[in-house]
Order: sequence, then structure tokens, then C-alpha cells
Amino acid sequence: MVAFIIRRLLQSLIVMFVVALVAFTLFQFVGDPINQLVGVETGLKEREELRQRLGLNDPWIVQFWRFALNAVQGDFGISYQHKRPVTDLIVNRMPATLELSLISALFSLFVGVPMGVYTGLNRNGFLSKIFMTVSLVGISLPTFLIGILLIFVFSVQLGVLPSFGRGEAVLVGSWSTGLLTSSGIKALILPAITLGLFQLTLIMRLVRSEMLEVLRTDYIKFARARGLSNSAVHFGHALKNTLVPVITITGLQLGSIIAFAIITETVFQWPGMGLMFLQAIQNVDIPIMAAYLILIAFFFVVINLIVDILYYVVDPRLRIDPSAAHGHG
Amino acid sequence: MALLEVDQLRVEFLTRNGTLTAVDDVSLKIEEGEVLGVVGESGAGKSMTGNAIIGLLEPPGRIAGGEIRLDGQRIDNLPYEKMRKIRGAEIGAIFQDPLTSLNPLYSVGQQLVETIRTHSDVGLAAARSRALELLNEVGIPAASQRIDHFPHQFSGGMRQRVVIALALSANPRLIIADEPTTALDVSIQAQIIALLKRLCRDHGTAVMLVTHDMGVIAETADRVAVMYAGRIAEIGPVADVIKHAKHPYTDGLMGSIPVVGQQTERLAQIEGAMPRLTAIPDGCAFNPRCPKAFDKCRQTRPDPIASGAGEVACWLIEQEAHHG
Ligand SMILES: Nc1ncnc2c1ncn2[C@@H]1O[C@H](COP(=O)(O)OP(=O)(O)OP(=O)(O)O)[C@@H](O)[C@H]1O
Ligand code: SF4
Ligand SMILES: [Mg+2]
Repeated sequence: MVAFIIRRLLQSLIVMFVVALVAFTLFQFVGDPINQLVGVETGLKEREELRQRLGLNDPWIVQFWRFALNAVQGDFGISYQHKRPVTDLIVNRMPATLELSLISALFSLFVGVPMGVYTGLNRNGFLSKIFMTVSLVGISLPTFLIGILLIFVFSVQLGVLPSFGRGEAVLVGSWSTGLLTSSGIKALILPAITLGLFQLTLIMRLVRSEMLEVLRTDYIKFARARGLSNSAVHFGHALKNTLVPVITITGLQLGSIIAFAIITETVFQWPGMGLMFLQAIQNVDIPIMAAYLILIAFFFVVINLIVDILYYVVDPRLRIDPSAAHGHG
Repeated sequence: MALLEVDQLRVEFLTRNGTLTAVDDVSLKIEEGEVLGVVGESGAGKSMTGNAIIGLLEPPGRIAGGEIRLDGQRIDNLPYEKMRKIRGAEIGAIFQDPLTSLNPLYSVGQQLVETIRTHSDVGLAAARSRALELLNEVGIPAASQRIDHFPHQFSGGMRQRVVIALALSANPRLIIADEPTTALDVSIQAQIIALLKRLCRDHGTAVMLVTHDMGVIAETADRVAVMYAGRIAEIGPVADVIKHAKHPYTDGLMGSIPVVGQQTERLAQIEGAMPRLTAIPDGCAFNPRCPKAFDKCRQTRPDPIASGAGEVACWLIEQEAHHG
């Protein structure tokens, strides 16, 4: 187990290194940073001085090393557009994105899994057929359209929920949270549903098909033959055996939720990292783009690591030293 | 009154191409503590009969007729919850594949304890010591350590022992054992059968033992039922059926009886193959393969009639009865 985690950590380091390299090359290929930093009136000599001072004349490997070293310490340079440290900007924006992503993920999990179990157990039920049909819509409609539809119904027609912004946020330490104010929670509902709907349908369909698969297995039949109660068979034996794929997908989806928050944040003008990233692209603000890329990769890597560890918790076949197996005839 | 009575049982499958009858008017009895062997070629309806008895026919299969009685009480039409309480506690089951019968995510101890506590109102500690007792009884070495191991840490034979412990854990009076050793290594098949036989004798448990192995039947069963194309061809005391088979199909099966545990060609001494459910011939289902078939066999279906200590479904028997 320890060896496995160390191996995984090494793999993660390699992934992060590659992403850092990609982010770094952005600086090399997308325009001249000096042009972004100074005005047209700056003379050639001053530009050259600045270039020297920023180390832009060093070999690229030296520059990359410096970039990586700074990144590890949480320093991503100064935003071209905002003229402020990128890290400060991100720290400002991150809570909004993470809260939105987390609530969406919880929403999709806590609604998706029960719906999946229900449709798996009552395959031909009326409600199951409705769930399956609605889920098709959820999977095929693009996110922005769902967002706009929700805004149209709940903000424009019914006027019960806000259509943009994050409501009132309060500071808890350095974390600005919208979860503690009623306006913050109200503002969160529509974006969270929009962002989580796709994952919800995905999880529901996954749980359903896994349940159908597991319910056909011999150990479920044997569990019934032993007279175990329906709830023990369905939840203790069947659902638990669907968990490994559900954890995998949920983990991967959590990463995508954070990444795809860009679209939802745009639709709802949600003041998160995604919106900032989009603005950075428009302004060719490379330090922000690079930092965002690295950060998203970091989230993916951390989530994958957690998923791998959860496997061990759920599945004893992975947990135990394989050499101990088949010890006795 | 017999422990289990199956009366004119009929199991059907509703398919797109019409209704298939997998079990057709099957009647049999199992007495308290008795071992009834059930043999027949693949597809004869052995498993469907067993599944119907424990109430675990999978849709689209369903009981379309007849009765199943335990202690004279009908159990074939009980609501799910009532039947569930009978499963495990009164009628246990052992299935073919020990490798896949255990839930991979729970230790064998957890699975035993869960089953024990489902059927009797005992605490965790008492259930666990009973589980340990059972594992010792089925011959798991170092049971006090093995109890916390997971199924994948056991070999096939050991897993089947655990499955037997699970089936016995609530002291059922009847066990349906559906080819309990087919998936196992030949070298341990005999051990498992011997274990099952010993335990059931000790506990006074009756067994319906489904197998392809005539040797096992000869060694283990008190009576034997021979199934063909969803019907019982012949049923009777094992010595009679083996030594003086009356039905031409049984006669063919008994052509050679292998040594216990030895897997020979699966009852394939008879020319031809059993008909598919969709193409069961008129008259006696066996007539296309029967060396003694005559006109009547191709027109009218024979029903089992008493003959000696057993029953046989063959027109030859009726003729004998008339002429002799
Ligand atoms: N879902 C189904 N739909 C239609 N027919 C089925 C279905 N399941 C089983 N059958 C048929 O029911 C018949 C009886 O099957 P059963 O499993 O009882 O045979 P068996 O005697 O146990 O054979 P084996 O020795 O191979 O286990 C077979 O002919 C099989 O094709
Ligand atoms: S009834 Fe006829 S065909 Fe069938 S087994 Fe007897 S003799 Fe053969
Ligand atoms: Mg079978």
C-alpha cells in the first residue's frame, strides 16, 4: 500500500512536470511578454533592460527552472492585465469555484446514486422510465442551454432565484464563503444544478447499469438463497459492489466539474476562476492562463490520488498482500 | 407426510417466440434426512426445479402450475417476505460455482455472521463463535484466523466449504445442492461430496443433490430422479434404478458408472442429443433416441406410473403391467 502510494506520487509529479512545461511554453509562443508589460512609448533600450532584469534572455531551461521553482512556492508572477500577483487573484477567486464545484458534485452524487439504485431495482417501473427519459435530456442538452433555461424559468418567469453573481459572501479566515448567507445559498442553487446535471445523469446511468450487472451475479443469488432481507441484498451486497466504478467516475467528474465550471461561471457571471481564465484568454494574460492550467492539473492529480486510496478502502482484493492468497489447498 | 412434496410442478418461460415449458409436470418427494439425487443431461430442467423450490426462479421464468409443499404447507405461492424467511432457515441452497458464490467485499466471517443473525436473534459475539464452529466443522484449517479472511484468499475447494458452512448456518432441514462440485478440481470433488454427505447425516438434513456424476449418486443418494426434457423419466431407490433401470433412457445412462469423483463424458453414452425446448417431439420426448420406441411412443406421452418401489414414465412399463 505504501509502495503503491509512493509510486502514484511519483507519477503525479511527472504529470505536474509535463503540465508545467506546457504552461511554460505558453510564454514562449504566445507573443512577447514585454509588449504586454510596457506601453508603446517605451524605448528599445529600456525594453532590453527590462528583458535582462526579468531574465528573459537566459536559456529557456534556466527560465523553466525558475518558473517551476516559483510555481512550487505558489508564485506565478504578475498578471499582465491586473498588475497584481497572480496568486493573490487566484486565491481571491478560488473559493467561489470550489464551493460551486463541491456543491454540484454533492448534488449529483446524492441525487444520482439513489436514482440509479431505484431505476436499477425497478427496471420496468413507470418512474424509472421517466428518470431514464429525463436523463437522456440531461445528457444531450449543452450546459449553457440548461443554464439559460433554468434562468428563464426560475429567475425571469418565477423570479424566485437570482440569475447572476454569487450573492453575499462572508470571510471565514481568508476563505470567502457564500454558503453562510441566504443570498449566497440562493445564488448557488441554479449554477450548481446547471453544473451538476450532466454528472447526475452520468452517475445515475452508471449506478443503474452496475446494479443490473451485479444483481445478476451468483453471490447475489446466493445471498438471496441464504434468506437475507431485501435491503441487505440490495444495499449491503449489490450497491457496495457498484462503488468502485462509481468512485472512479465521481472522482474524474469532480475534476471535470472544476474544469468545466468555466461555462457555468460565464452563464451565471459567477466570480470564480473559470470566469477569470476566460477573461485572461481574451487579454492574452499568460501568467493567469499558466497558473490556471497548473492548478487544474493539480486538482486532477490530487483527486485521482484520493480515488486510488478509496479503492483500497472499498475493495479488500486490493488491500491485502496478494502473496497471502491461496495459502491453503 | 414427506418433508418436501413437489406436485405436478410446471415452470414456463414467456419468450418472444411463445411459451417454453422447462419443467413439465414434475412430481417428487423428499423425506426428512433423505438424499435425493437428480440426474439428467444439460437443459433437462434440474436447476429450474431446484430454483422453483427455493422460490428463486428468475424472470421470465415462473411457476405455471402445480404445488410445492414443505411439511404439507404450500410454499410456492407465498409472498416474497414469507418465502425469504424459509430460505436459508428451512431450505438452504448451494450453487455450482464456489468461486463466485461469495461476496468479494466481505470477509467469510462477516457473511456467516450476517446469515446467522438474519435467522436467529443472537448477539454479534454469539454469532461469531457459531460462525467459527461452522468453519471448523466444514474443515477450514486455522479457522480462527481464516474467519477474517476474504473469499479471494481461499482456494476453490475451501470456498466451497465456506459456502457449505453458509448454507448450513441456520440449520435448514433441506439443502438444494446444484452441482456443488462441477467447478472444482477433480481431486477435491470427492472430498467435498463426502463432507456434504457427512454433515447432512450428522444434522439430519435432507439433500436434493443435482449432479452429472452417476458415481456420486451411487455413493451418496438414497433415491434418484432421472430427468429428461423437463420431465421425470424415472424415480426410485438408488439401488433399483442403477441396477435394474426400467426406463430405456436410464438404461443408457447406466451404461457405465464411473468411480466417484471421476469426471467422465457427461452422460453421453446415448446416440443423439436431448431436444431443445422449442422442438420437443410428440409422444414420449425420448422416442427419437430410444432403441425400443414403437408406434404409441410417437403419438401419446407416457406419464409416470408406479413400478416396484419407484415410478417410470414409459409405455413399456404399461405393457408389462398389462401382459405380465
Ligand atoms: N431465461 C430463459 N429463457 C428461456 N429458456 C430458458 C431460460 N433459462 C433456462 N431456460 C431453459 O430451461 C431449460 C432447463 O434449464 P436448467 O438450467 O434447469 O437445466 P439443467 O438441467 O440444470 O442443465 P445443466 O445440467 O446444464 O445445469 C433449458 O432447456 C434452458 O434452455
Ligand atoms: S415410451 Fe417409448 S420411446 Fe419413450 S422411453 Fe419408453 S419405449 Fe422409449
Ligand atoms: Mg443446472
